[in-house]
Amino acid sequence: MNVNALIPTVDWRALAPFTIVVCTGIVALIIEMLRPRRNNNLVVGVSLFGLLVAGWSLFGMLGGPSDESFAGMILNDRFGQILQLVMVGSCAVCFLFSEPYLREKRIPFAEFYPLALWSTAGGMLMVSSKHLLMVFLGLELLSISLYCLAGMSRYESKSEESALKYFLLGSFASAFLLMGIAFIYGETASLHLGRISEVLGAASASPLSTIGAAMVLVGLGFKLALVPFHQWTPDVYQGAPTNVTAFMAAVSKVAALGALVRFLWAIGTLDTVWFPLMWWVAVATMTVGNLAALVQNDVKRTLGYSSIAHAGYLLVGVLAAFSAPGRVSLDATAFYLISYAAMTIGAFAVISLTASGQHEGTRFYDVRGLWKRAPWAAGCLVVFLCSLIGIPITSGFFGKLLIFQAAFDAGLPALAVLLAVNSAISTYYYLGIIQAAFVTEEGAVAPRFGKPSASLNLACAVCLAGVLGAGLFAGPLIRGMGTAEVGPPVGVPVQDPLTIHTKNTSD
Amino acid sequence: MGLVNDVPLQWFLALSLYMFVLGAIGVMVRRNPVVMFMCIELMLNAVNLTFLAFARYQPSGALASGDVPTAMAGQMMVIFVMAVAAAEVAVGLGIITAIFRLKNRADADDLGSLRG
Amino acid sequence: MLGRGIFQAVFGEFLPILLLMLVAAVVAGAMVTLSWVLGPKKDTPYKSSTYECGVTPVGNAIERFPIKFYLVAILFVLFDIEVVFLWSWITVFKGATIQYQVFSGVAVGIYLVLWIIGDAYVIKVGALEWDEEPQVAPEKLLPTPVEAPTIAAGSHS
Repeated sequence: MNVNALIPTVDWRALAPFTIVVCTGIVALIIEMLRPRRNNNLVVGVSLFGLLVAGWSLFGMLGGPSDESFAGMILNDRFGQILQLVMVGSCAVCFLFSEPYLREKRIPFAEFYPLALWSTAGGMLMVSSKHLLMVFLGLELLSISLYCLAGMSRYESKSEESALKYFLLGSFASAFLLMGIAFIYGETASLHLGRISEVLGAASASPLSTIGAAMVLVGLGFKLALVPFHQWTPDVYQGAPTNVTAFMAAVSKVAALGALVRFLWAIGTLDTVWFPLMWWVAVATMTVGNLAALVQNDVKRTLGYSSIAHAGYLLVGVLAAFSAPGRVSLDATAFYLISYAAMTIGAFAVISLTASGQHEGTRFYDVRGLWKRAPWAAGCLVVFLCSLIGIPITSGFFGKLLIFQAAFDAGLPALAVLLAVNSAISTYYYLGIIQAAFVTEEGAVAPRFGKPSASLNLACAVCLAGVLGAGLFAGPLIRGMGTAEVGPPVGVPVQDPLTIHTKNTSD
Repeated sequence: MGLVNDVPLQWFLALSLYMFVLGAIGVMVRRNPVVMFMCIELMLNAVNLTFLAFARYQPSGALASGDVPTAMAGQMMVIFVMAVAAAEVAVGLGIITAIFRLKNRADADDLGSLRG
Repeated sequence: MLGRGIFQAVFGEFLPILLLMLVAAVVAGAMVTLSWVLGPKKDTPYKSSTYECGVTPVGNAIERFPIKFYLVAILFVLFDIEVVFLWSWITVFKGATIQYQVFSGVAVGIYLVLWIIGDAYVIKVGALEWDEEPQVAPEKLLPTPVEAPTIAAGSHS
């Protein structure tokens, strides 16, 4: 019996950010429990403080050596740390503009904050583990909290519908993910990605592992909204409360991408099977996302389709890194994730202004005259959308440029060209949003806007700083992202995405 | 015990795959969210059966990292899948009841207000 | 036979499973489709009555029962699952070394504390109250900037 009873190495430092975020959620819930008939300011304050501490502890860990602890369940490496930082930051910015929005919509459930924190924690778990059990748990923690959050606006049927859709399709996808994990376990007798990679590398591809890998990719592709599995995205993005949409767009995408990278790394030896498939998925994701966005008349829905297209761009970066290990790194993808998070959350934050006294219209004509009512927010919106298009000096431009270059360097010119063409197409609908916000004449029904609060303006400012700052300091940021100068050669694989941490896998 | 030992792995896998496919078809064909959800639960149970079958048929004494028998991983996964399924039940039923409260009925075909 | 040979080579001993999966898909699909296509659709009031012979049913079979039952059922399911972890833990606990017993005991202790917090929350929000409808307290809409300088400017007055 004692053979089971081994105490794993416990490395609290590696787990600190995750623990802090979870505990902050618990504290926030207790505060809400103790004083249910008060406003949420204290809950928000505590949550932001907790995120700040978590971010600080993550920052302190950057550049440290990468290691695994908790019996190989927690992986602490640079790639994971950067993605976790992005998620913590995204969550904090969402909190900044959430409270005024929730009050305006008359749904100020304080439970939003703990749920969002736990969701973030789930995402953090997903990217900081190479154990499929942890990846699965993280994914479910992220998703289940998001199902609740999407249905938070209980008097709005569109919110409830989006929650139900998200929930049914999401659990359907996780059933596939689990079946895939089960097959892989059957083939390799392990749930640890390092071990799986070893076993798969030693033998030729068997149908069991191939089907298993395909099923896991379906599950992750759903979370990332890759094209055959993207149908839920526009509906859920449109139906969910805007602050939840912003959160979802940033955090769940970052988390799913992190998990996807780790999983692709583990099944690297099956790449003759998955690489062509993912290549076509990337093509379809970029194209379908952009083309469908052209015909939308709802801002949130348009941004939903645009997020699908961006998932396609990110996938191009990932594929480039995998097809030319050693020459092309994941730095471009990580940089693009940072800028994507900042510009998406910023855009949604501005759109959240259309909520006014329990009503919220997010159609194009509902944002008419935004620049008059909220000039600062409207100005910021222009920058965010320019960044989403990829206009120079914004971070979106450099992100796309880097991924474009990476795709070219990796010998995937077709993907690079498609990326450029798609960016050009996307200009149309982003300009449409900008135009709507700046239309002067107001129609028969004047649009309604909430008063822009100071915290919303702050959130815009933070995102603006992120978009412009990452654009202006793209060079240093990219260099800092990789491991050329900072720390030992671990983490974001500058050398070879297929061999990160192989030395750590066997302990 | 002897009886269980005689059953080949393929039979377990066949049963679980059958359940999984049945559940998947159910989700796609049925329109009532509660029934769809039951089908998803069926799929998750199929996953559990698969894990347990694979764990049962690990070569005895096979050890993974840290001297843990490889069978443990599958068994552990099952417990967590059950827990997560319960959490999904809680949230899913919560969402469905919220829709009931709002509309007095629940049907996947009613979910048409979000179209683009 | 050549075709089967190729399949055998690719799928090995899993070929029967693949076949069974296909059969399951075909059978399940066929059952649903065929009964829909072939089934006679003579719908007379007599035919659609609950029992073609026997007692005429009284009232509506689809009786609504309070939605609260769902809530209690949900909570029950969660308690059910709590035990799964404790049970598997105690199985290992029995024969383990003292160090492991202490270590895992602390871990399970943390787990139980989280449970208790969750249960306290359930009671506090009135999820078990039969007659009360949980809703947002109106006070939540009032800004009181003194309490949290972080977002000093509340949304609206």
